[in-house]
Amino acid sequence: MSLAMSPIAADARLRLGLRAGLAIFVLLLGIMPLLNLLPVTNPLHVSDFLVSITGKWICYAILALSLDLAWGYAGILSLGHGAFFALGGYAMGMHLMRMIGPRGVYGHPVLPDFMVFLGYQELPWYWLGFGSFPFAMLMVVLVPGALALIVGFLSFRSRITGVYLSILTQAMTFALMLAFFRNDMGFGGNNGFTDFKELLGFALNTSGARAGLFYASLIALVLSFLICLRLTRSKYGRVLTAIRDAESRVRFLGYNTTSHKLFAFVLSAMLAGVAGALYVPQVGIINPGEFSPANSIEAVIWVAVGGRGTLVGAVLGAFTVNGLKTWLTSAAPDLWLFVLGGLFVAVTLFLPKGLIGLIKGRGR
Amino acid sequence: MSEGRRLYLDGVSVVFDGFRALNNLSLIVEPGELRSVIGPNGAGKTTMMDVITGKTRPTAGKVLFGETDLTRMDEAGIANLGIGRKFQKPTMFDALTVFENLELALKAPRGPIACLRWKLNGEARTRIEQTMAEIGLTERAQDLAGILSHGQRQWLEIGMLLMQDPELLLVDEPVAGMTDSETEHTAALLVRIAGKRSVVVVEHDLEFVRALGRRVTVLCDGSVLSEGSIDHVQNDQRVIEVYLGR
Ligand SMILES: Nc1ncnc2c1ncn2[C@@H]1O[C@H](COP(=O)(O)OP(=O)(O)O)[C@@H](O)[C@H]1O
Ligand SMILES: [Mg+2]
Repeated sequence: MSLAMSPIAADARLRLGLRAGLAIFVLLLGIMPLLNLLPVTNPLHVSDFLVSITGKWICYAILALSLDLAWGYAGILSLGHGAFFALGGYAMGMHLMRMIGPRGVYGHPVLPDFMVFLGYQELPWYWLGFGSFPFAMLMVVLVPGALALIVGFLSFRSRITGVYLSILTQAMTFALMLAFFRNDMGFGGNNGFTDFKELLGFALNTSGARAGLFYASLIALVLSFLICLRLTRSKYGRVLTAIRDAESRVRFLGYNTTSHKLFAFVLSAMLAGVAGALYVPQVGIINPGEFSPANSIEAVIWVAVGGRGTLVGAVLGAFTVNGLKTWLTSAAPDLWLFVLGGLFVAVTLFLPKGLIGLIKGRGR
Repeated sequence: MSEGRRLYLDGVSVVFDGFRALNNLSLIVEPGELRSVIGPNGAGKTTMMDVITGKTRPTAGKVLFGETDLTRMDEAGIANLGIGRKFQKPTMFDALTVFENLELALKAPRGPIACLRWKLNGEARTRIEQTMAEIGLTERAQDLAGILSHGQRQWLEIGMLLMQDPELLLVDEPVAGMTDSETEHTAALLVRIAGKRSVVVVEHDLEFVRALGRRVTVLCDGSVLSEGSIDHVQNDQRVIEVYLGR
């Protein structure tokens, strides 16, 4: 053993530092809803707006983590992860619609307003069960997971990789968007779901419920991070990395790479579904726009900017890019798309390892 | 391993866009045998390994390992049957360390869940350390494979092959980029391995093949030109014409 610190040891120290930074960041996020309770005159007061937008970003960070697991580790560049997010959101939305009960505009005891409007006599079969919170939560992970299982199985088995897989996933989310736009699908057409009233008996329009959802999202982010950490630090994670870099070589070692990729892809889709489910009650609406291909591409940019293949990078990217977006869309709304595109090009050309790469580069 | 399986190729042809890379090739490797395969560039040596390991499907012919038809299996299935391969261009995982590369190759359950629950126990660690000592990479255990020299990469891939504990080893040009003493070490290693396992070595270096000192098969234009001891093939007029005489 040499006396100088090996690159691996330096790397491990840096990783520890990054994770400590993340822990402090999570603590800071955790006190935001408390600071919101301070009187407005207090300099430490955090506005309602900031709390609610941060809650959204936390959900985006979970989506970024899930995408990073698929792309950064397993090399599956999904341009359709927004679909898994949206499906999780729709599953939650269906539960929230059922929880409106007779309080809708039409006052129907069971049917959501849009169904009454469209002349439905009874709930479609696929709406049954969504009155139950545990059932809806199960669907939040099962529906995206099942879609990922089918799409993943068919494409990985046929050895569709790289840009073809990216196009395929993009087509998947686009097709779902068109389908959800249709009124006869039974998901509210282009209006989607909104006017939610309550969740688990708590009225959604109270600051208490908002804080509750904020904390639920934060806990989900921490848990997602720990799950991804456990996965990527195991031999399984190293198999994924190996598949990303030289899939065919992994096969010659006797690994069925299809099942390994499928496992990662399905788990990733489930995490994205959870993110979507936490997002919807916080923004109060879900519509087919969530399936828009642009959303999926934006998520890829978060991960690229933060640094793919590092979990902290994914979280960092989601907060940085979305922070920038919020600031820019109020300061110079017309500029945002150009900045986003420019950011992606700049990161690809000059910062292939993202912001994390920048930090690591200076750490050496 | 019980009594070992023989590798049996019969009438194997591979056609790429009308070009016959393998042409009615037949070859038998007995259990425990060490076989050298030589032949000019483009003779089809690598393609033969591609066919055995499931990378390339033969256009015609039979490929059996024991009773198993290899042409019906995928790469992973063939590897799990006990057929390991070292590539002509050393291929490993550059983003992983030497130790991690060997750990991935180590014979163990290959499914996602098994890998997730994998714990490096003392026995596995000892095996990896022994192999690292064997291939002279103990000092580099924690270095990324991507920064190794060409010779070291050759060694690492041989090490990965050993970790798989295969019944049949296919070794494509193992000593390219090695020093003379490393080449000797490799020859000794392969001779030691054979007996318990079957080994097929493709090599250009005739000194190396002589050092192995076993049966030699000469390939040319996709089929067997000559077979026998090194002295026999070196004196075979056809071999001299197409290969040695150049
Ligand atoms: N995938 C392929 N497509 C087309 N031609 C190939 C392919 N693989 C090998 N060949 C050709 O087959 C012949 C045999 O190649 P190879 O087996 O690599 O020879 P060797 O290993 O004996 O030098 C060469 O002429 C090569 O160009
Ligand atoms: Mg070759």
